[in-house]
Amino acid sequence: MSFQTTDKSVLAAFKLVKAPIYSHCFSNDRSLLAITCETDCLIYRMNGANANPKLVATLSNHDKTITAVDISIHGRIVTCSQDRNAYVWEPLSDGTYKPTLVLLRINRAATCVTWAPNGYKFAVGSSARIIAVCYYEQENNWWVSKHIKKPIKSTINCLSWHANGVLLASGGTDGYVRVFSGFIKGLDTKEAVAGSVWGTKFPFGSLVNERYHGAYVHDVKWRSNIEKIAYVAHDGTLNIFDSQNDLQSVNAPDGLPFKALVWINDHEIICAGYSCHPVLFAEAAQGWKFAKNLDKVADSNQAQISTHTTGTSVEDEDENPTFGMSALKKFKELDLKGKVSANVKESAHENAISELASFAESSGQVTQVSSSGLDGKIVIYTI
Amino acid sequence: MSQSLRPYLTAVRYSLEAALTLSNFSSQEVERHNRPEVEVPNQSAELLLQPMHISRNEHEQVLIEPSINSIRVSLKVKQADEIEQILVHKFTRFLEQRAESFYILRRVPIQGYSISFLITNKHTESMKTGKLVDFIIEFMEEVDKEISEMKLFLNARARFVAEAYLGEFVY
Repeated sequence: MSFQTTDKSVLAAFKLVKAPIYSHCFSNDRSLLAITCETDCLIYRMNGANANPKLVATLSNHDKTITAVDISIHGRIVTCSQDRNAYVWEPLSDGTYKPTLVLLRINRAATCVTWAPNGYKFAVGSSARIIAVCYYEQENNWWVSKHIKKPIKSTINCLSWHANGVLLASGGTDGYVRVFSGFIKGLDTKEAVAGSVWGTKFPFGSLVNERYHGAYVHDVKWRSNIEKIAYVAHDGTLNIFDSQNDLQSVNAPDGLPFKALVWINDHEIICAGYSCHPVLFAEAAQGWKFAKNLDKVADSNQAQISTHTTGTSVEDEDENPTFGMSALKKFKELDLKGKVSANVKESAHENAISELASFAESSGQVTQVSSSGLDGKIVIYTI
Repeated sequence: MSQSLRPYLTAVRYSLEAALTLSNFSSQEVERHNRPEVEVPNQSAELLLQPMHISRNEHEQVLIEPSINSIRVSLKVKQADEIEQILVHKFTRFLEQRAESFYILRRVPIQGYSISFLITNKHTESMKTGKLVDFIIEFMEEVDKEISEMKLFLNARARFVAEAYLGEFVY
């Protein structure tokens, strides 16, 4: 691979495409990887951590940028795109996929999609200020949707299902985190939400909880067993709250906002975003705190600035004993007018990280996390 | 580098780094459009973020207007006298006419500024954000030097021309 990584936390890094990857998803057994690439969704078969994944299928029905992809526990793939459509791709025995159009009934871009844990319905967020909860209708043989409209005021950025498959958390550019009920009659049972701390009755589309944050919410994730919701916002914070609206907030150490988060266990969260490397947060007795950086480049930026300002003096010192060498060096420096030496170490991701997902788990604890970046890479980190 | 230029450039650098956190965002107003929100009349105020105005003195200022998927950076280049005004105008016009080979350059500066850059999520996705910031900072450093060099050159040339021309009339 062309880049050097000295950090042990990077288990594998695959440069798959040239275009940005907005979303990626592994199948349940981690053998298949689906990524978005412009107007296509590419399906790769994994060959372990050392070999590059092999492209096995290209799903291309969309005619605008695909914004999100998700794979259900049954292996169905759902993609949604800025062309206002979503497709469910059913795997066939010969390795191809059969697309089925979803009747989303939205007139703006679809921005995010997640399967419910049971794999029988999914939710699509959109710029039309609508969340469409979609399920399969046997009699008509297609996927239909029910809309949640109120009181969403702007684009939905992220969605997350509770493990009970009824509660749906959403975040968007209006700066609100909201919890809705996505209860579909005939698909969900009342037993699933019996005794929930979030309320007693959950008719479809009802607003269960609402929290105003004030900055774009980029990602939201449930931790169902302790009934908590974590979200990251554009002001560079990670926030955790529960049904009592008890909020804890912690700032990003780099000052740049996070785009994605994933729960490691009940007391640890990994976030990643515009700083191009994941950051671990842990809950201590005094609340949530920054724990450590993964795969962080040692302040190369700072070093660059300082060499730059003292440029003349450094050049004087570096006056080489042999004349020819210094001339060569001079021309090399002319070539690199951007004032960067060629051997700058880089983190595994060279651009912002767009999504994180759990890759491997053991006894309820996530041990490996996969990430996709705008540089077209998929990286797997060990924690 | 002079004493006050350093903190000025540092302030611009950190503001740019913070502002260049863009995402791909499809229009909420127009179907199937994906446009830089900072450039269009906007009905959704939440998509535009607070503009940042960094000013070294009345001649040298930077305005950064961030939005969800694009930012606009406008520079005011130092213009002490009329010659510098003409030089800056000619120089920026030269660049603006070649805007598409500069990718992030805006064809027309916004009112009151010498030159504007428009950076969208397409640019941050295909280029390294750190390098984009470096480019703008370096441009700010270089442009002053360039203008004063041109002014010196112009003065020297004017003197030479004047001497050569007026030499004819000396007896």
